[in-house]
Amino acid sequence: MSLSVLYDAPGPKTRRLSKIASIVGIFLIIALFVWLYLLLAAPRVNANGAIQPGTFDPSRWDIVGRADLWESFGFATLNTLRMAAIAAVLAIAIGILFSFGRTSRFAWIRVVTSVILEFVRGIPVLLMIFFVFLVFTAGSYWSGVIGLGLYNGAIIGEALRAGVKSLPRGQREAGLAVGLTPLKTWALIEFPQAFRQMLPIILAQLVVLLKDTSLAFIVSYPELARTIGNNSNFFGSRYIFTMFAIGFAIYLTLNLTMSWLARFVARRSGPKLGKALPNTPKQIGEDGTRAITLPRSLHGPSDPPR
Amino acid sequence: MDNIIEAIVDVTPAYFAGFIMTLQLLAISGTGAFIVGVFIATMRISPVPSLRMFATVYTEVLRNVPLLLVLMFCGVVLPILGSDLDYFVLALIGLTAYTSPFVAEAIRSGFNGVPVGQAEAARSVGMGFIQTVTLVVLPQAARMVVPPLINVFIALTKNTSVAGIFFVNELFKQTDAATRDHPGAVISVLIYAALLYLAITVPLGLIAGAIEKRVVVMR
Repeated sequence: MSLSVLYDAPGPKTRRLSKIASIVGIFLIIALFVWLYLLLAAPRVNANGAIQPGTFDPSRWDIVGRADLWESFGFATLNTLRMAAIAAVLAIAIGILFSFGRTSRFAWIRVVTSVILEFVRGIPVLLMIFFVFLVFTAGSYWSGVIGLGLYNGAIIGEALRAGVKSLPRGQREAGLAVGLTPLKTWALIEFPQAFRQMLPIILAQLVVLLKDTSLAFIVSYPELARTIGNNSNFFGSRYIFTMFAIGFAIYLTLNLTMSWLARFVARRSGPKLGKALPNTPKQIGEDGTRAITLPRSLHGPSDPPR
Repeated sequence: MDNIIEAIVDVTPAYFAGFIMTLQLLAISGTGAFIVGVFIATMRISPVPSLRMFATVYTEVLRNVPLLLVLMFCGVVLPILGSDLDYFVLALIGLTAYTSPFVAEAIRSGFNGVPVGQAEAARSVGMGFIQTVTLVVLPQAARMVVPPLINVFIALTKNTSVAGIFFVNELFKQTDAATRDHPGAVISVLIYAALLYLAITVPLGLIAGAIEKRVVVMR
C-alpha cells in the first residue's frame, strides 16, 4: 500500500535517508531561529555611540504587565472584528447584487455591472478606502467598511456567478418549465445551489477581508495595525518590537481561527452537487488533492503501513 | 473644469514616476515571489517530512498575516537586525515574502487539478518520481497554473500600493500627495490613479481569461 501516487512506499534505505534529511532540516531551521534570536537579543550601538539593550532585554518587555496596554489592544481587536463583521455582511450583499446583475436578461444591466465590477476589482483596496474617505467623507469606520465591502463583494460576486454557471442547465430549465419566472428560478433554484457550492471560496475571501481591515490604517481607524504604531508612540519607541510581536500574535490567532473555521465549514458543506457516488474512503490527502496526494500525517512516508 | 485639467496636467509627471515605480515593484517582487513560490511548492510535495512541515508553516504564517504587518516587519524589525538596506529593497523583500505562499498555493492547486489517473498511469508504466512529475504531471499542470498565477500577480499589483504607506514613492503615495496638493480636484486625481492601476490589472485579467478558456477547451 503506497501512501502517495507519486512515489513508492519508501523502503528501509529511503526511510533512513528521509529521517536523516528531516533531522538535518530541523537542525537548520533551529539554527536559523537561534541566529535570529541572537541577532535580536544583541545590544546595539546606535549612531551617537549610546548602547541600546537587546530586543529581549527585560527593559523592553516590562510593560507587558500593564493593564492599559492590554486594554488598548483589546479595543483594537474589537475594532478590527467590528469592521470585518459589517464589511463581510456588506460584501456578501454586494456580491449577490453583482452576480445578479452579471446574469441579467437585459444587456445594458450586464454591461453596466461588468464595467463597475472591473473597476472595483482592478484597483487596490487601499485606494478604494481612500477614495470613499475623501470623496464621500464617510468617516474612518464607514470608509473602511464600504471600501472592503465593495472590493470583496466584487470578488464574491464573480465566485457566485461562476457557481451559477457551473450548475447543470437542467436546473434552470426545470425551474422555468414548472412556471417560475426567471427571477424566481434564479432566487429559488440556482442561487441557493451556487451559494452552497461556492461557500469555501466565499469564506476564504472573508479571511482576506479580515486581513485587509489592517488597510483602514490609512484613514486612521484605530484597529490593530494602527494601534501597534500608536502604542509604540505612547509607551515609547523602545517598545516597538514588543508591540509588533503582540500585534503579530493577535493577527495570527484571529486569522488562523478564521481559516480553520472556513476549512471546517467547507469540509462539512462543500460542493455536494454531482456527488452521485457514496463517499469513497479517502485515506490520503483530505483536501481534494488528486495527483499529489499528501499523506495525512506529516511523518507519512516513514510511518509503517497500517 | 479648468482647475481639473490643470490638476491632471500638474500631477502627470509625479504619477508617471509613481507608475514606473509600481511596475518595478511588480516586476522584481513578482519574479522573486515566483522563484520562492516554486521552491516552497516543491518542498510541499517532496518526500522529506521536515521540508514539507517547514513549507506548510511558512505558507500558513505568511498567508494569515496582513501584508501591512509583513511590511512593518521589514521596515521596523529588519533595521533592528542591522540591515541598512534601502526602503525600496525592504519593500521588495516584504512583497516577495508575502506573495510567495500564494504563488506556491497556485502551483499546488494546478498540480491537484491533474487527474490522479495520469500519475497512476505514469507510475504503472514504470516511471519514477522524477519522471512522473517532469514528464506527465508538470506539463499538464503548467497550463492550469497560469491563470491562477496571473491572478496572484494582479493581486500583487494592487498590493504594491501598501508599500507606499511606508517607504516607496510609488503610485499610491503620489496619489496621496496629489489629493493634498489639489483639494479642488480630488475626485479626478483619484480616478486618474485608479485608471493607471486598471491599465495594469485589466490587461493581465484579460490574458488570464483567454488562457483559461483555451485550457478548458483543451481538456
